Amino acid sequence: MKRLLSHPSLVIGLVATLLFLALGLLSLVWTPYPIAQIDIPRRFLAPSAAHWLGTDNLGRDMMSLVMAGTWTSFLVAAVAVAIGVGVGVPLGLAAAAWGGAVEWVVLRLTDFVFAFPAVIAAILITTLVGPGAVNAIVAIGIFNIPVFARVARGGALSIATLDFVAAGRLAGLGNTLIAWRHLLPNVMSLIIVQGTIQMSLGILSEAGLSYIGLGTQPPETSLGLMLKDAQGVFLIHPWLTLVPGLAIVLIVIALNIAGDGLRDAIDPRLRQGNPNVLA
Amino acid sequence: MNKTLKAFGLALALSTALAGMAMAQPTEVRIGVALEPPALDPTAGAAEAIDIVVYQNVFEGLTRIDQNGAVQPGLADSWTISDDGLTYTFKLHDGVTFHDGTTFDAEDVKFTFDRILGADSVNAHREFYEPITSITVIDPLTIELKLDRQIGRFLFDLGRGDAVIVAPESADNNANDPIGTGPFAFVQWDKGSRVVLEAYGPYWGEPVHLTKASYVFIGDTATLTNALLAGDIDGTNNFSTDALAVFENNPQFKVLVGTTEGETILSTNNKRPPFDNLKVRQAMAHALDRQAIIDGTTNGYGTPIGAPFAPHNPYYVDLTGTYPYDPEAARALLAEAGYPDGFSATLKLPPVPYARTSGQIIASQFAAVGIKLELINVEWAQWLEDVYANKDFDLSIISHVEPFDIGNYANPDYYFGYDNPEFQALIETLNGTVDETKRKALAVEAQTILAKDAVNGYLFELAQTGVWNAKLTGMWQNSPIEGLVLRDIAWTE
Repeated sequence: MKRLLSHPSLVIGLVATLLFLALGLLSLVWTPYPIAQIDIPRRFLAPSAAHWLGTDNLGRDMMSLVMAGTWTSFLVAAVAVAIGVGVGVPLGLAAAAWGGAVEWVVLRLTDFVFAFPAVIAAILITTLVGPGAVNAIVAIGIFNIPVFARVARGGALSIATLDFVAAGRLAGLGNTLIAWRHLLPNVMSLIIVQGTIQMSLGILSEAGLSYIGLGTQPPETSLGLMLKDAQGVFLIHPWLTLVPGLAIVLIVIALNIAGDGLRDAIDPRLRQGNPNVLA
Repeated sequence: MNKTLKAFGLALALSTALAGMAMAQPTEVRIGVALEPPALDPTAGAAEAIDIVVYQNVFEGLTRIDQNGAVQPGLADSWTISDDGLTYTFKLHDGVTFHDGTTFDAEDVKFTFDRILGADSVNAHREFYEPITSITVIDPLTIELKLDRQIGRFLFDLGRGDAVIVAPESADNNANDPIGTGPFAFVQWDKGSRVVLEAYGPYWGEPVHLTKASYVFIGDTATLTNALLAGDIDGTNNFSTDALAVFENNPQFKVLVGTTEGETILSTNNKRPPFDNLKVRQAMAHALDRQAIIDGTTNGYGTPIGAPFAPHNPYYVDLTGTYPYDPEAARALLAEAGYPDGFSATLKLPPVPYARTSGQIIASQFAAVGIKLELINVEWAQWLEDVYANKDFDLSIISHVEPFDIGNYANPDYYFGYDNPEFQALIETLNGTVDETKRKALAVEAQTILAKDAVNGYLFELAQTGVWNAKLTGMWQNSPIEGLVLRDIAWTE
């Protein structure tokens, strides 16, 4: 813990991320106003004691919307990262442990997914099953799979030739157990760092998809959807664009700083003298 | 230093002079419109976007609707109506040619109406012309139409985009290469981008001021705003009221606020439960707060309506008080109808801002009485197919932009499925009545029935809010019929 805290960027990034996450979590149980509550007479209000961030074009409280939108963003990004890790890491480890045809198939699959622009695939998915936050999760999640597969395979390859892995094989461990016991623990730090970066990319992707109308649908809200709603009145009420825009920027910066800090803190190559690392 | 300044000054003077030369006699206009037409044949489609581009520009009818909604002579110079009101004889203008050079005469008129009434007709409003029993060419410049019953608005109906005159030589290709008799000839259609029209030299009527007109398709308000500010387009006939304030105090632009024939309604599938229950529809009507919808959707530019009828029409009667905003009454009616806890339904929203925004507001207002709406955004093609053609919907929001389209409610096969024989008989009587006083009484009765039956949720009449370069004149302020007529548009200095 002390070691973690000695990286100031990590602390700043984590604190800022947790702050936004807390805001998002809070929106599940409490927002200053219900987000679906439209109140036309009080629209376009400037920030005040009653409405900390003002109100939008339908008279909804901006603070409440930002809180709920932040939660949507985190949720979509986190589940998408989970999909990427859950599918991608086993694929990558399998490629490293088995090699040969398995590796070839995994690599070609990741190439194939990489070759698709994420937005095109998202449009494809939403055309097939209709727009919605779930589809955004699936679309972003699918594009996380090759990222994690590559990272896991790359990390595992550099481990797989080490003596203790060979020793494991001599002791009779199969590929599955090698991957599970020896490769996975050693690529875990890489995965965590990559996961943080993918979180920030996922939040950006969700905002992008919602902005073009393929992600979260009203009356739910997300930061990208708020941007979309605000753009028509941008010249008259720029504040409405500024709030969700800044929120996205801050969250993404926070996650990136945290990711950088995490890498510095737990990358095994930057660490010495910890016997557990190669366990 | 001095030299540089001089050179700069010279360059400035030069560029100003060049700009001045370019600005001297502008005769082109570039108009931004939100929707791209699916095709360009107004006699084969219901989309307003078709008429915006071609109505009275490329194509003309026997009569012409002017910007006040009055009937003027078009391709027919004059006409006589028999005493029984059943025989119309039109004298056609001499020397009219189509844009492909072929001559216009009575045979083309006969062809046009035969095509509308034919068995394989694809006309969106065949019903307007269906009372025509015979079309007789008396001589090349005289044509006689016989009706089986009197139609009060027959001359107006002849002036609609649905009845523009087409030539047998070119009619089949009009969807992509429209050829008419109008003051502008079609030049090219860059799909997804623009349609270009050019003044037709041999035009028979009063010469137009413009030499060229482009319709540029820009669906997004922010893009449209920037295009106007940057001078990429010279105007738009209907600009989102959200950003209207940007132009209101800008001397380079003028904002024209007028009326349209667009009754925006919460379309309700009257054939599908629970909407087949009058009490449910009444409850929904009570749950609608029109003023909030108008303020939130059109920034106050709409006019509340209580029936599907345009408020500026002389036959209009204010029925907005039939089911006033009253959530308590709505809840009570829902309970009476057997839905004490409300119900869930879907609301399909076409990609127009008024629908998407009012959909959210209505969902919030309905939620307050227990009706949970799921909002489904659909594209135009999907809307036309699912909602309009296949009637697969619970609720939708759409503006019916045709003039005097109350007759749609007499068509039991129309997409919202309202089937009321009493109303159908009334519309038949109305159509057959010529006397103004009687027509008004019948129209009022028709509106009252529709208001009481709460067939759809009647929201507001769209306003037309055009934004134009301040140096342009001659644009229609009101929109009494679907179209964007270029005839009178001109640049002034």
